[in-house]
Amino acid sequence: MMEKLRLATLWFDGCSGCHMSLLDTDERLLELTAFLDIVYSPLVDVKEFPDKVDITCVEGAISSPEDERMLVRVRNSSRLLVALGDCAVTGNIPAMRNIEGAPAMLRSIYTSGNGLQPQIPALDLPALNDKALPLHRFVPVDLFIPGCPPGADTLFTALTALIHGNTGHIALPTCFGA
Amino acid sequence: MTTPILTLTIDGKEVSGLAGETILQVARENGFFIPTLCWLDGLTSAGSCRLCMVEIKGSAALHPACITLIQEGMAVTTSSERLLRYRRAIIELLFSERNHVCAVCVVNGHCELQTLAQQLGIDHISFPGLYPDLPVDASHPRFVIDHNRCILCTRCVRVCGEIEGAHTWDVKNRGVRSQIVADFDTPWGDSTTCTGCGKCVHVCPTGALFEKGKSVAEMFKKPLGLPYLKAIRDLGV
Repeated sequence: MMEKLRLATLWFDGCSGCHMSLLDTDERLLELTAFLDIVYSPLVDVKEFPDKVDITCVEGAISSPEDERMLVRVRNSSRLLVALGDCAVTGNIPAMRNIEGAPAMLRSIYTSGNGLQPQIPALDLPALNDKALPLHRFVPVDLFIPGCPPGADTLFTALTALIHGNTGHIALPTCFGA
Repeated sequence: MTTPILTLTIDGKEVSGLAGETILQVARENGFFIPTLCWLDGLTSAGSCRLCMVEIKGSAALHPACITLIQEGMAVTTSSERLLRYRRAIIELLFSERNHVCAVCVVNGHCELQTLAQQLGIDHISFPGLYPDLPVDASHPRFVIDHNRCILCTRCVRVCGEIEGAHTWDVKNRGVRSQIVADFDTPWGDSTTCTGCGKCVHVCPTGALFEKGKSVAEMFKKPLGLPYLKAIRDLGV
């Protein structure tokens, strides 16, 4: 039997909807896990990103220095890097703050209303980059899967193609916003 | 006097059209797909979006099919690697120029820009986004103009001037700073010329013009039958 491929998934500045789509493949997850071991993911209990990963799917935009550091670490340890969903592909909704920048967004959300003791939360939270940006602004990306979120069928088709070594053009029934 | 019939080839196929017809017209009549954004049947052609560029044998330059008239013996190519590369670049530049967020747009799922991106196989935007700070004008009682989603195709300007005859819309500034304005750059709701007909809303290829009360993916643009409206107007009925 062929050795299983090592799959990792990450969740940066996104809503986890893309991971929900992955779970939405339902019983087909069993077909995928016949070929894949999930070695790192918000869905499994592994704390450290492993050294050698075949396919890493990244959900979410890059929004903080910590995201940037982790993305570079992940790129260096992964054979294939997949931008999973619109936030990873275009910046999408997190990037709507790019018009005015992070400080203005935080002020507008946390201190512009009539709240009790309005303050911008900072304790134990990572500082935000001024802009939320797509993955390919930082590292090379091997496959882009647009969609908000991309559907379960799209993810199943893409992962199946990657499992079978197809890294060229993969026709996917998805688009920005789909 | 009869109009001469001209013969030409499109992608190697022999076709014919009437003198005075454009390459785009003859191509569409014969089932060839040439992408367009600023062009709309029934309006004058602006030739500004450059998506309909085609190759003509004997000319090194590309030519916009919507405003280039057919000629006897012309050999037109509507799709090639080079054309696809330019068309993709145009769409990607449109996406990077303003703040297009399909996921939360009123026309998500039925937007011409979004559909063209998919048709042309665009899965990411190579260019860095500009993220300009642009206004949303909701001063009109029934409609909204969101400049973040505007691609400056000027269909709204032309339909308002040519079909409705109001000429409420026009363009201010130049280049990347261009912006659609009502009257002399007044809030839409204060316009003294707007008749509230809504034609601009329905010819807009994106979610830049939409009806109030429509949420994500709820705004559907209706075909207005512009050639029909134009024919009636020209008859003076």
